[in-house]
Parts: sequence; C-alpha cells; structure tokens
Amino acid sequence: MSDDHSSPEYIEAAKKKYWKVFWVLMFGTFITVAMYFVYFEKMWQTVTVALLIATAKATCVAAIFMHLWGEKKLVYQILYATVFFFIGLMWLTLWAMNDAPFMTEWVR
Amino acid sequence: MQATTTEKTEHTEHHDHHHHDIGFLRSYVFSTDHKIIGIQYGVTALAFLLFGFFLVLLMRFQIGYPGETIPVVGGLLEKLLGDVAAEGKMQPDLYNAFGAMHGTIMVFLGVVPLAFAAFGNYVVPLQIGAIDMAFPRINMVSYQCYAAGGVIMFVSFFIPGGAAQAGWTSYSPLATVIPTNGQTFWILGMVMLITSSLLGSVNFIATIIQLRAPGMTWMRMPFFVWTQFITGFILLLAFPPLEAASVMQLMDRLFDTSFYLPSGLVLSGQPVTQISGGGSPLLWQHLFWFLGHPEVYVLILPAMGVVAEVLACNARRPLWGYRSLVYSVLAVGFISFIVWAHHMYVTGMGTKISTFFQTTTMIISIPSVIILTCLFISLWGGSIRFNTPMCFALAFLPMFGIGGLTGLPLGFNFADLLLHDSYYVIAHFHYVVAPGTIFGLLAGVYFWYPKMTGRLMNEALGQVHFWASLIFMNLIFMPMFAQGMAGMSRRMSDGGAVYAAQAEGMVNEGVIGALSASVIEWNKSITFAACGLMIAQIPFIINFFWSMNNGRKATDNPWNATTLDWQTPTPPPHGNFDKPIAAYRGPYEYSQEGHPTDFTPQNQPDPVKS
Amino acid sequence: MEIPYTTQPREDTGLYNAKLGIWLFLASEVMLFGALFSSYILLRVGAAEGAWPHGLMNIPIGTFNTVVLITSSVTVVLSWAALKLGNFKRYQKIQAVTVICALGFLGIKTTEYNEKFHHYEIWFNEPMTVAEHPNLMNQSFVEETTINKELIGTVPSLIGHLNYIDKDGEKHHAGIAWTLATLKEKEIEEIEFELDTFHYRIPARIQAQIKKSGKYDKGEHETIRVQVSDLRRMSAFVPAHSTFFAIYFTMTALHALHVLAGAIVIAYILWRNNKLWKRDPERYTNRVEVSGLFWHFVDLVWIFLFPILYLL
Repeated sequence: MSDDHSSPEYIEAAKKKYWKVFWVLMFGTFITVAMYFVYFEKMWQTVTVALLIATAKATCVAAIFMHLWGEKKLVYQILYATVFFFIGLMWLTLWAMNDAPFMTEWVR
Repeated sequence: MQATTTEKTEHTEHHDHHHHDIGFLRSYVFSTDHKIIGIQYGVTALAFLLFGFFLVLLMRFQIGYPGETIPVVGGLLEKLLGDVAAEGKMQPDLYNAFGAMHGTIMVFLGVVPLAFAAFGNYVVPLQIGAIDMAFPRINMVSYQCYAAGGVIMFVSFFIPGGAAQAGWTSYSPLATVIPTNGQTFWILGMVMLITSSLLGSVNFIATIIQLRAPGMTWMRMPFFVWTQFITGFILLLAFPPLEAASVMQLMDRLFDTSFYLPSGLVLSGQPVTQISGGGSPLLWQHLFWFLGHPEVYVLILPAMGVVAEVLACNARRPLWGYRSLVYSVLAVGFISFIVWAHHMYVTGMGTKISTFFQTTTMIISIPSVIILTCLFISLWGGSIRFNTPMCFALAFLPMFGIGGLTGLPLGFNFADLLLHDSYYVIAHFHYVVAPGTIFGLLAGVYFWYPKMTGRLMNEALGQVHFWASLIFMNLIFMPMFAQGMAGMSRRMSDGGAVYAAQAEGMVNEGVIGALSASVIEWNKSITFAACGLMIAQIPFIINFFWSMNNGRKATDNPWNATTLDWQTPTPPPHGNFDKPIAAYRGPYEYSQEGHPTDFTPQNQPDPVKS
Repeated sequence: MEIPYTTQPREDTGLYNAKLGIWLFLASEVMLFGALFSSYILLRVGAAEGAWPHGLMNIPIGTFNTVVLITSSVTVVLSWAALKLGNFKRYQKIQAVTVICALGFLGIKTTEYNEKFHHYEIWFNEPMTVAEHPNLMNQSFVEETTINKELIGTVPSLIGHLNYIDKDGEKHHAGIAWTLATLKEKEIEEIEFELDTFHYRIPARIQAQIKKSGKYDKGEHETIRVQVSDLRRMSAFVPAHSTFFAIYFTMTALHALHVLAGAIVIAYILWRNNKLWKRDPERYTNRVEVSGLFWHFVDLVWIFLFPILYLL
C-alpha cells in the first residue's frame, strides 16, 4: 500500500466520502421502497428498476467501503473470474431450463 | 527475512511456535505444520481409498453372484449391519447404499484429499520455497473439517436404515423422499467436506501467490504447483453451488420444503399432497454438476502434475512444451466451468443449449490432449529410469488416454442417449480416475516417500504392486466397455440377471430387451479381477509400513531432481529450509549442456552471473 | 521463523496474506449466494401462473433492518479509519455501534420470523365461494374499490390466524407451524380462522389507495369456521409453505448466520484482541480491515436480498 493511501489527510478525506456514501445508500433504500408503491405496466420494468438501484447501491459499498476503487490488479483478476463463472452458472442454467427439446414445450 | 542466519531462525522458531516442547498432541494431531497436515491427509485418504475399494469388492461379488452368501465377510456384515445383510446376502438396499458411498468416499474422501490436500500440502510449499502455508491454523482446521466429514460419512453406515442410497449424485426427488436418515448424514458430511476444501483452497492459492521464494516467478514454478493452483480455484468457485444445493436438499428433507419437488409428484402410485410443490428436480442436477464436472478436473489435474514431475525427473529431460502445458491447464480450468450439462443430455434438453454444451465439451478435450501429448513427447530421447514411480507415471499416460478418448462419444448427445447410465460410462470414468488418477497418485507416493520418511520404498515389492495393479485394472474395466455397449445398465443390484432371464424366455414383467449370457458372464471374470486387484495392493501396504523403518536410507535428493522440494534436508525440518532459498532457473533443467551433473537444481545460481 | 507478508504487503501483488485470503473467501461466497440467487430466479420464473406469493412480507421492518445494516457498514469503515489515525478509543466506540447494530438486526429478524410462524394459509378441497361467506370480505372497503373482481367469486385459499375448536366446543389458539397432520393427530375437526385479508390479499398499491380514501376499517379480525375435512392443505408461513418461503427462509437464515459470524469476529477483535494493538498496531488494523471487508459483503448481500424478497 502506497503512503498516500494511509496518510492522515487521505483518511480524513475518506471519512467524508464514507458519510456521503452512507447518505447515498439511505436515499437508495428510500427510492427502492418508494418504488414498491409506484405502479409499472410490466413486471420486467419493476424488476429492472429495482435491480438497477440495488446494483448501484452494491457498487457504492464495494467501491468505497471495500476500497475496491483503486484496489490491486490481483483482486480484480480474482473477481473477474468469479463474475464470469457466476454469470455462467446463472445464465446457462436459466437457458437450459427454458430451452425445450425440438417440437416440445415446457408445461408448468 | 531471507537474510536471517540459521542460528537466529532456530531461535525465533523456538520462541514463536514452541514447537519442540509441545508434546505429541500438538506436534502430530493438532499440528499446524504443512508437512504433518499433508501426511495426516495422505494416510486418512489412503485408508478411505482402501475402504471404498472394499465396498465395491462386496458389490462386485453381488453382481457376479447375485443373491449368494458373501464369502469370508458375509457373517460379519450381518452382525454389523443387520437385516440388510441377512444370512450374509446383500439386499438391494445395501447394494444401493454401498454404491452411493463407494462413489462418495472414493471421490470426496479418497482421491481429492490425497491428490489436492495431501500432496498439495506436503509438496507445494517445498516446491515454491516457502516455510509453511500462508495460514497454518486454517490449514489445521481444514483437516479437522475433513476428518469430521469422514466420521459422519462412516458413522452413517451404522445408523438405522443405513447410509445414503441415492447414488453419489444424490438426485432429487429420490434423495429427498427416501425415509431413512442416511441422506441427511450424507448432506451434513458433504457440508463439512466442502468447508474443508474451501479453507484448503483459499490457503493454497494465497500460499502460491504470496509465499513464492525470491526468483520463483510464475514461469519457473514446477508444473505440479500450477496444477494445484488451478485445482484450488476450481474447488474455491465450483464447490459453493453444491453447498447451496446441499442446504436446499437438507431443507427439503428436514423442513418439508419443495426446492426439488415438482407439483403433482406421485410416489409409489400415491399423489403427494402435503407439500407445496413448484420445485425443480433439474435445479439439483444443474447445481450438482456445476461442481460435478469441474470436480473431474480436480481429480485429474493434480495427478497430471505428479506425473509431469516424475516423468521429467526419471526421463532426465526437461518437460517438452512447459508453457503450452501451463496455458493448457489454465484453459482446462476455465472451460471446465461451462461444460457441466453434458451429464444431463437425457433430461430433455433443447437443441440450442445441448449444442452449446457439446461444443464446449469438445473444446475442453483440446487442452487435455495437448497436456497428454506434451507428456508423451517429453519422453523422446530421454534416458529413462524404470523405477516404480516412473512405471506408474508411464502407465498413467495410456490409461488416461483410454479414459479420455472413450469420453468423447459421451460428449455428443446422440451417442450419449444410447450409452447414458450404462457400464460404458462406468468404464470410461474409472479409466480416468482409477488407472489414471490413482496410478498418478501412487507414482507420487513412491516418489515423495523418501522425502517424507527418509527411506526409500522397496523396489521389488513396488514392481509387483505395479504390474499386478496394471493387469487387473484392465481386466476389470476393459470388459465393461463391451457390457455397456451391449446395453447393460449400471446401478442394478443383480448385475443384469433380469435381462438374462428375459433372454432365456423367462418373461419378467416390465423388462424390455435382453442381454446375451456372454455379456452377463463377464460379471464373474470382473469380480475375480477385482479380488486380484485387492490382493495386488497387499505388497503396497506391506511396503508402505515396512519401509518406514527398514527401507534403504535416502539421501536429501535420492532421485537427483531439480525442484526445490529436493533441496531440503530429508525429512525437512519445521520451517523447511536450513538456509535462505531462492530460484535462479526453470524447474526442469535436466541434462543441460555445460553442467557437470545431468541435473541443475533451481536454487543453483548461474555460474556466469555469480 | 515467521511467515512473510502477514502484515506488510508483498511487492509484486501489493497485498498482505490475509487480504488476499479474505478476497478469495469472498469470491467463494459470491458463488454460494450466486447459486441461491440463481435458484431463486429459476424457481420464480418456473412457478405456475399465480403460484408465487406476493406481499406477504413486512416491508417497514425490512426497510428498518436495511437501514440498521447500512449504518453498521459505515461504522465499520469509520472505525477502521479511526485506527488508521491511531485513535484507539474512538475506534472502540464506533465499532461497538457496529456490534449493537448486528445484534439489533438479528433481534429484529427473530421477531420477524416469529410473526411469520403465527400466520397460516389454508387451501380448500373445492374453491370456496365468497358470496356465501360474507365474512371473507370486509365490505366497507372492498365494494367501492377496483379490487372487487379479485375478491368476489371463488378463492382457493385464505390467510390468517389459526384457532381450533376442541371437542367441548371451546376455542384455543393454535401453536406454531401446524399442518393438517397436526390437526388430525389432535383429533381436531373444526377450526376458526381469523382473517387477515387486508394485508395478504390486496396488492400494496391498492392498500395505499384504500387507506388514503379513509374507508379503511381494519377488518382483520373477522372469522370463519371451517371443517378440517374441507381442507386440502394447511401451512404456517414456514419454509414448507411455498417455494417462495422456502427460498426466503433459506437465504435470510444463511445471511443471518453470516451476520452472526461477522458480529462474533468483530466483537472478538474489539474486546479480546487488544494486546495485539499494543504489540503490532499495523497488524491489528489489518485484522479490522479484513473483518470489515467480510462485513461489507454481508451488507452487500442484504442490499440484493431486500428488494428481491420483500418488494418484487
């Protein structure tokens, strides 16, 4: 870790940033709950908006609180691999479950 | 850190770890030393391998001679297990339990702990020039979790109703609705084993990344370390989905949820009404095989690593295509995560998704073939020493080749539809794992035994062990290809006798098709071969214990090998190296021109530079 | 002999051992929760029309718990910052708040679970005609709203609190997590159901509409008597109730275990590990950072759990 990341000035500045993130997260939570009472025509619209807000909040936590912003390359490489496999797991499973054999269809 | 003198390091060691005055329990049972933990893993895993083999021996007898009293141990079985072995005969429930537990024990309690945890623990820190693992206490806990998982699995044989019976794959709904508690024990045991391998893999990866000695760059790492590194990642990322799946199956069993139980489930003709339904049996299969397929590479990669070490050393030649080996193993690791559904072609997959999985399955065979080819070519022009470890390593190549190539038809869905769940599949994956991986690991046992104990294993007994094992292995598994292609289905407690009855005109209700008597006859010869294989292990067991005290004394580097694990005192002390160590060259500099010996250790500085 | 890089980062990777270790562990945790999220999506997408329950969650409590967890996340990172500045006292104060938040979260979660265990859903052999049972509707607020169509006609199931009638005709409260088998075991032939129609049958936005209109009269305690023989199935809001509650309880319980584990580790470092601060402050700070990384991950999981389980 280079010195500028542990100098008192840097930490003092960071503390302000943490509080900002805190309020952003609070606001995000408020919006998410408010969303519940807003009526969207389609289900997928609701899902998209809700997940977008959640992703934004999660990004804040990961980037600022977990110091991912400016973290070492190695951590990124591990996380890239993980995300790749996670997407593989979710996407391929869903695809397999929704791809019916030729001339057939799923009955629910 | 490297500059500390020998005297001083011994001093600090004494104070920091209090290793010399801590007694037997802390030095051998609750040790945090990677070498002791490696040996603990190794001995436990070998014991479980023997136990798993014993189970299948009993099953083989039942297949060869359905419904007859098991000789020698039949009475004992009845005493231990009760009605399921009444009159010393194996009842179908017991057969199912043994089948499920044979798979579980061999894979999760035998081969993985031996290949990854035992060799990895013992050899990896030595080969990269580290004094221990990055997290020694976590390492100890990892072994304890494994031991606990092993105890749970073992105890499950003796609970009322016996051990799990739904196969090592534990497909739901079958695994959910079996009323005995064996499956619950299985799940709890698996959770412990998964925790163990999670802790182990974090430790291995961190150790390999952080604790490499000065000069030990990525491309100077022995190939074995590479395979362990990739195996670590596979275990780290593929096991958690099975943990999640196991938790859900546990919920299904204990709290009557319906994760894997569909709506409209009918059990023995009775509709099940008191569940919510709405679950998906395929969900279990996806999550299971998301681990299950990478697990195959967990089984095979460390064995490849061992074989590479043994081959290079005993052929006195550098590994051919070291870089392509490394990139291949990386590719295998990555692709292994996206091939899993080729185990599920018969579940009714759509054409698009099955094309995807067929394609990735064919792609992953390319790096595997590259690895095998590189290992073969490495032999070219070598002056080969045919000692026991080398014999096992050499046998690994064609055996793994057979196992791998016979897997290709299973990777295509049209061929798999015919071969699925037949003895062909059994023969295929046993060729990969039994004469493949286990031969590789036995090569490792013979190879590193002198480093661990300070004495070499007996060569004559070793040769007997090798040749007998090789012959019997093939006598067991080769006929199974034929049986499978003739249509003999796996998991039948009578070894296909109902099909034979059909052939003789005795019509059994619900049995379609027939097997000719000659196909059924193979069951008997396979059973004899299996007994032979068991007998063939006796020289090994004798050798293993006898050589500890009576074997020929080994020098620090008995095989004249180059890697850092052989540049330590034998056996290595706590802290591994008696002087600071660094790597100055690649791992396999055998028979290099201009050097006085035919091997140049990695820690030997270049004479020109120093 | 000391293992290198326990405190100082290794030059080529820039990380100390424990930090790499925790990131690897978190990667594995991503796959663990990732598999559960995938299962959630799969079960939900695969659910039959109308089989996925909506609006059974207590949103105010869930929101409050989210706030609690976010607060704990910011205190964790602030306590680390205090340590970085060498202010141990301040660290102790802030980190104590984290532990309190964690315990608060778990306490709230427990009451929430308990509330769920006391609600029941009963399914009938034949769908029940609402018109024959005026109690099924809280007339005053149903009639004038858009939801008439949703409630009038037939209903396959009802939601509410369970009482049973014993042989002498006396009414008793039922225990938690009873099923039809429990009723049969106790030889109960008739039950009395306290309806909770308003909360559990009407979409949230319409609930809000009704409340605004001022016609809301808490018609929750109207009751209906049902013969046990008319029931096809009965379940409290426990994992067995539906795949929704199955995944809800599995995920939140697993998450709660993580909260508990994180709280124990943070509390241990806070109150039992002070000697290390005197001996090796940098290593102590690293420990706080690593436990903090785990804590943020737990928070991060909840950020996704809250909308998918409570709101969608």
